[in-house]
Amino acid sequence: MGVSDMFGYYLDLALRSFKRNRVITALMVLALGLGIGASITTLTVLKLLSGDPLPQKSARVFTAELNPYPAAVTEPAERVWQQNGDLTSYTDAMNLLHAHRAERQAVMALTGAKIAPKRLNEHPFFSNGVMTTADFFAMFDVPFEYGSGWSEQDDESRARVAVISNVLNDKLFNGSNSVGQTLRVNDHDYRIIGVLKHWAPQPRFYSISLGGHNYGKGDAVFMPLQSALADKMSPQNTNCWSAEADMDHLETAPCAFVALWVELKHATDAAAYKTFLSNYVAQQISLGRFHHRDVALPDLMGFLGQQQVVPDDAKLQTNLAFGFLLICIVNTVGLLLAKCLRRSREIGVRRALGATRQAIFAQFMIESGMVGVAGGILGLIFAELGLWAIRHQPAEYAKLAHLDPTMFVATFVIALIASLIAGLLPAWRACVVAPAPQLKSV
Amino acid sequence: MQIQPILAALKKHKLATFLIAMEIALACAVLCNACFLIANRLSAMHLNSGVDEASLGEIVVTGFDPKQATDLNARMLAGLGAIPGVESVHVISSIPFGPPAGTAGITLDRKHYNTVVEFYLGAPGTLKALGLKVVAGHVPAVDDYQPVEGHDYMPLSSRVLITSGLAERLWPGENPLGKEFWAAKYQFRVIGVVANLVMSQPQKFGNREPGWSVFVPTLPGGPLAGTYLIRAKPQVLNHVMVEARAAVAKVAPDAVLDHEDSHTVSFLRERFFKADRSMAGLLVGVIVALLAVTAFGIVGLASFWVSQRTKQIGIRRALGATRADILRYFQTENFLIVTFGIVVGIVLAIGINLALMKFFEVPRLPLWYLPVGVVALWLLGQLAVLVPALRAAAVPPVVATRSV
Repeated sequence: MGVSDMFGYYLDLALRSFKRNRVITALMVLALGLGIGASITTLTVLKLLSGDPLPQKSARVFTAELNPYPAAVTEPAERVWQQNGDLTSYTDAMNLLHAHRAERQAVMALTGAKIAPKRLNEHPFFSNGVMTTADFFAMFDVPFEYGSGWSEQDDESRARVAVISNVLNDKLFNGSNSVGQTLRVNDHDYRIIGVLKHWAPQPRFYSISLGGHNYGKGDAVFMPLQSALADKMSPQNTNCWSAEADMDHLETAPCAFVALWVELKHATDAAAYKTFLSNYVAQQISLGRFHHRDVALPDLMGFLGQQQVVPDDAKLQTNLAFGFLLICIVNTVGLLLAKCLRRSREIGVRRALGATRQAIFAQFMIESGMVGVAGGILGLIFAELGLWAIRHQPAEYAKLAHLDPTMFVATFVIALIASLIAGLLPAWRACVVAPAPQLKSV
Repeated sequence: MQIQPILAALKKHKLATFLIAMEIALACAVLCNACFLIANRLSAMHLNSGVDEASLGEIVVTGFDPKQATDLNARMLAGLGAIPGVESVHVISSIPFGPPAGTAGITLDRKHYNTVVEFYLGAPGTLKALGLKVVAGHVPAVDDYQPVEGHDYMPLSSRVLITSGLAERLWPGENPLGKEFWAAKYQFRVIGVVANLVMSQPQKFGNREPGWSVFVPTLPGGPLAGTYLIRAKPQVLNHVMVEARAAVAKVAPDAVLDHEDSHTVSFLRERFFKADRSMAGLLVGVIVALLAVTAFGIVGLASFWVSQRTKQIGIRRALGATRADILRYFQTENFLIVTFGIVVGIVLAIGINLALMKFFEVPRLPLWYLPVGVVALWLLGQLAVLVPALRAAAVPPVVATRSV
């Protein structure tokens, strides 16, 4: 018999065996399906949460972490950064921005932007606003539908220009090209110079320390940082280290409320940029402005890891699901073993008729593999159900939970691996059955 | 019932015995920890907020000109107060389960930070409207309510009420009345103690308890504007809130209604615990699936054993064993296997709990969970083995005389 014939013959044998033990087979497939379904559901969520929001260049994009806090703050810098992330003071972020030592650099903060409606009888509403500088769009590969971002001159001259998201453009202008139109933000007129295509990186890496949501919808309006601050838009996360801080002049107040991100030409340039940061901090210490030498320059994924953006609940659920899958596998081992021992006589006959141990082993592994494929199909159904349930949960990432092609393939890979592991022991037991004693009793 | 022959029989099926025992062990470990996690979530959800939740709601508006704060307050108080069914409207900085308003670190000696607490700023009458119980000292007098000056967040020096939990934390065993504490440049003197008032986002954080709050009597205006506490009879509250939200557009067209946060306290509470509730539901689902899979595994393997031993059972019956003896044999056998699994399971359960404590903020597993889990699995095992054991007991003695 050729290999493919043998494969077909074993498939046929397996089907016959399933028909003989319908209940046990159904139980195995059901248990495996439940375990696979739970694992795939939680893995999909975990993958979504720990994904790379800027895969094409995340290794070259860094954020600067300084320790601008007073001498009285004696916590180790790692703890300060864990709590406050890359939040830093305006003066220092702007000094580093103006030094132009990276390929691209941008300073940013979030604000609740009060947007005036375009039609009569509608009420003003709040949207997520980003106050940032010119390089933001090019550095983060933000896609434009119409127009473009602003220039450094616009930053410095405090031009009232704005870039809006496609969602806001649909809401205010029914999706038409609104470049050149006026947008009233916090009672000031801003000229729209760009409209974005859909852009909502998950997680929203740049906003993690700035007081926004970590996942979910994108931001609605982008404005030059200096113009927005001049128009009294307040940053969403402000961390001041003196009770005397003058909140009306945040730029010079002892407060951290912006983040600095830089794009370097090569990931290897990070050491040089870090040295530049250290030199800057040393200079600030000699000026008496800084009290701590600590500097860090994590890349995008390093920063996400440090900030522990993936919620504990999601990790806990994944662990739980795999614990459950393990129990399902042990269960399948037990049931497969029972089935195989019951068929000792059949094995004895086959061995006596000349089947090799390898042939018996292959036969039983194919049988477990088939349980795995069936469990995988059932698991896929359970996973779709599970993800549907997740989408109705309150978490901010819930709406994004969908099965993607990778996880579709992963379902079958996990199912097959699980069933083959489960089948190893019973198949081994089957192939060591000695033919003679089994034939004697017949 | 003799255990010796059962052990001897089990020794012949070491592998299958081991597999069931392992399944029980894993189930025991996951069961104990999942139940404990559920209990944790449920107890968090039963948090007592200290306020009359059923009668309270809040309206939040933002985006108004800070210079208009006093004018806005006057318009909102008049407009909301005119809605039929409203018992009272007060300006307040925040309410339990609402958006956070003011947390700050406090110090007793102006040198060492003690802990972080929530400051609730409330206008005259707020204390009564919230339904707070004063257990020591007195409610603020009229002149205890002070205005906030300039760019400050609070009155520079205030006479405040604190929760009994915070009093116990700051001055354990002492009378807190008349004691002082500071937050940055702000000074506070305790004039009263309320039984309970949780912070607006009552999560346990490190060693911080959710009930550590301070009530600062404040006159409306300046930063104390935009958030309004509405009190109404529980049966009309929902209706009142719908009308109140609609009224904002007319009363304060210059401000933006915060749709997310303008709700009844019950609604906000429900939303606050939504994630906990869905996690608890998910854990219950896992437990049910887990017990079902384990039970089916036991049924499957026990059925196989029964069919394998049909002949031996027949011989025993022919030699005088009663149906009850056979039934008891399989039940005892299952009991032994499950017990073996449980012993391993308890060790695993404690191990998993230690891992959870290390990687997630989970407390230590109380030991009484273990006997409960043990009993649950014993019962599950006995129930699952009943069907195959009854089939075994039904084997007639005549089987012994057949050759196969």
